[in-house]
Amino acid sequence: MEVLDGLALGLQTALSFNNLFYCLVGVFLGTAIGVLPGLGPAATIAMLLPATFALPPVSALIMLAGIFYGAQYGGSTTAILVNVPGETSSVVTALDGYQMARQGKAGRALATAAIASFFAGTVCTFLIALFAPPLTEVALKFGPPEYFSLMVLGLVASIVLASGSILHALGMIVIGLLLGCVGTDVNVGTQRFTFGYLELADGINFVVVAMGMFGIGEIISNLEHEGKRDLTIKKITGLFPTREDWKRLVPPMLRGTALGSVLGILPGGGAALASFGSYALEKKVSRYKSELGKGAIEGVAGPEAANNAGAQMSFIPMLTLGIPANPVMALMIGAMIIQGIQPGPGVIKEQPQLFWGVIASMWVGNIMLLILNLPLIGLWVRMISVPYHYLYPAILAFCSIGALSLSNAPFDLYLLALFGFLGYVFKKLDCEPAPLLLGFILGPMMEEYLRRALLLSKGDATVLVTRPISLTMLIMAAGLLLLVMLPAFSKTREVAFQEEAV
Amino acid sequence: MARTRVSMPAVSRVVAASFDAVEPRMPNWISSPRDFWTGLIYVLLGSGAFWIALDYPLGTVGRMGPGYFPRVLALILVGIGMMALIRAFVLDSGEVTHLAWKPLLMICGAIVLYGILVQTAGLVVALTVLLTLGAAASRYTRFDLKSIAGMVVLIAFCVLVFVKGLGLPIPTVGPWLQPLFMAVGIRV
Repeated sequence: MEVLDGLALGLQTALSFNNLFYCLVGVFLGTAIGVLPGLGPAATIAMLLPATFALPPVSALIMLAGIFYGAQYGGSTTAILVNVPGETSSVVTALDGYQMARQGKAGRALATAAIASFFAGTVCTFLIALFAPPLTEVALKFGPPEYFSLMVLGLVASIVLASGSILHALGMIVIGLLLGCVGTDVNVGTQRFTFGYLELADGINFVVVAMGMFGIGEIISNLEHEGKRDLTIKKITGLFPTREDWKRLVPPMLRGTALGSVLGILPGGGAALASFGSYALEKKVSRYKSELGKGAIEGVAGPEAANNAGAQMSFIPMLTLGIPANPVMALMIGAMIIQGIQPGPGVIKEQPQLFWGVIASMWVGNIMLLILNLPLIGLWVRMISVPYHYLYPAILAFCSIGALSLSNAPFDLYLLALFGFLGYVFKKLDCEPAPLLLGFILGPMMEEYLRRALLLSKGDATVLVTRPISLTMLIMAAGLLLLVMLPAFSKTREVAFQEEAV
Repeated sequence: MARTRVSMPAVSRVVAASFDAVEPRMPNWISSPRDFWTGLIYVLLGSGAFWIALDYPLGTVGRMGPGYFPRVLALILVGIGMMALIRAFVLDSGEVTHLAWKPLLMICGAIVLYGILVQTAGLVVALTVLLTLGAAASRYTRFDLKSIAGMVVLIAFCVLVFVKGLGLPIPTVGPWLQPLFMAVGIRV
């Protein structure tokens, strides 16, 4: 009953007054910023990260996790009310959610999203508690070659399950890995790619990269396509789903949760894929499939459950292996490193409070979302209706102050501007920023594991393919890459991401 | 107050014009400009990184020097860039739209100016510049009373919360302006 002991410890940690408070602050801030159109969870977390550095590690991670669920939920709210999905995973919610809103059923759509997310979140909290410890046991047997191959697999998987050009994404990963090399080499002390700047000796701060690529780049991109948003919904009434609604929302919610949990545990994660998949599934099996796209409650309940389940399951590789499945998890790993915690399978033994505290706080956070959101919907609506040109200068100000607070060096602001520039240009060329960030976070660890693996094997590079686990992972990575290059699959993948999005 | 044109008309026009000359009408043997530009950037970045990494000791496979990993990565990047370049002549991905130079330069410039000013002229001046230049990047921004009031409130909020409340070591009024305040007898 190790799991129960763990959960008890976790609840005890998560329910302490301080942590409850930080969880609430996180959920509230996350939702408040997440509802702002054009700000996804990654940008929200990057912006608020510096605020958590002063907290003890457990509280910091609980607050960050809270920001994550909040931002995710806030994104759905925006998708439903203004048809502006903050990120790929809420694109699907916008389809039927916005139609429901236009038919005057905005309240019920929002409540459905909240209920489905809460249900999926609860199920996944328990799944994580069940699956994380055994996975950690396996991971503890990993040596440097296995870790290296696992990271290769994680990086490859993250782009296969994402949208956009695979070739461009591969390049972004490599650029990220190269950026990770910047700074003092850990073994010999050589200054790499510092161009003589002392400020670069410790490497580039990941907050600056994330803020620049996701926050600033996104602002520039939004300004390019700036248009008047029309908020059709001024007042939300009828929050509670009717008896009929309940009957219709439960089956898709169950299916969405199941699908999201399976897809989410894959390395690379798939909150977006899960929500697209769930919508496709509903189109096939739902009794009301003819109504999908015209404001069917199934089109909100299924994808919302799936996307929340997928998002939450991505905590599993993060907590057990130290491998980020998406940019948000990459930021969490970065935050752990800053807090002095070595991410990986050691966390559960060395930091049981943190490990179980974060898991338990997921459930607590999901309850808070449910309680907080329904009464506060009026406030969120008012926040959404603030025009973008009033909002983004404030975001600029907070990002700039946040970047300065990292090490009190104006140099970080020049880097922030540079990454904002790059983020915008790359986005223009269909190069997603997410793989770059994953590569950047994993780069130093990958190099270290590769060096150690080859040092132990006395320079025999075949060690990566003679150890069975390592070989399996490399084959899986190669297989995934080959698979997406096959014309048949790449067509399906394109369809999966685009058909419903139109 | 009339809308302040803080954009750098001359500079941005020159830059935009020079870009115009290269970008919009790609020669028609390049069927996928998106792949072309990506490939070009990847190849340039990769070869640049490789060239710089030549200065770091390579070591051997068993004892990798600091130059090993970056050089391998740089080569992979060049390879990916080449593939994208080849694709640029094969695939058809449609035109790439112009870069929006105005918001791009104004937002990045505003952040750089903030970086220069924040520890020298202080947070208040730096934020004023950041917000004014940043806000001017939107075509909907009007510098009317309401916006200015909003800016004043935001700056006051930042000073109160971040400097007074959280105690970040950022000067509200920086060394550049202190003589000015001293002259009128106010101690900051």
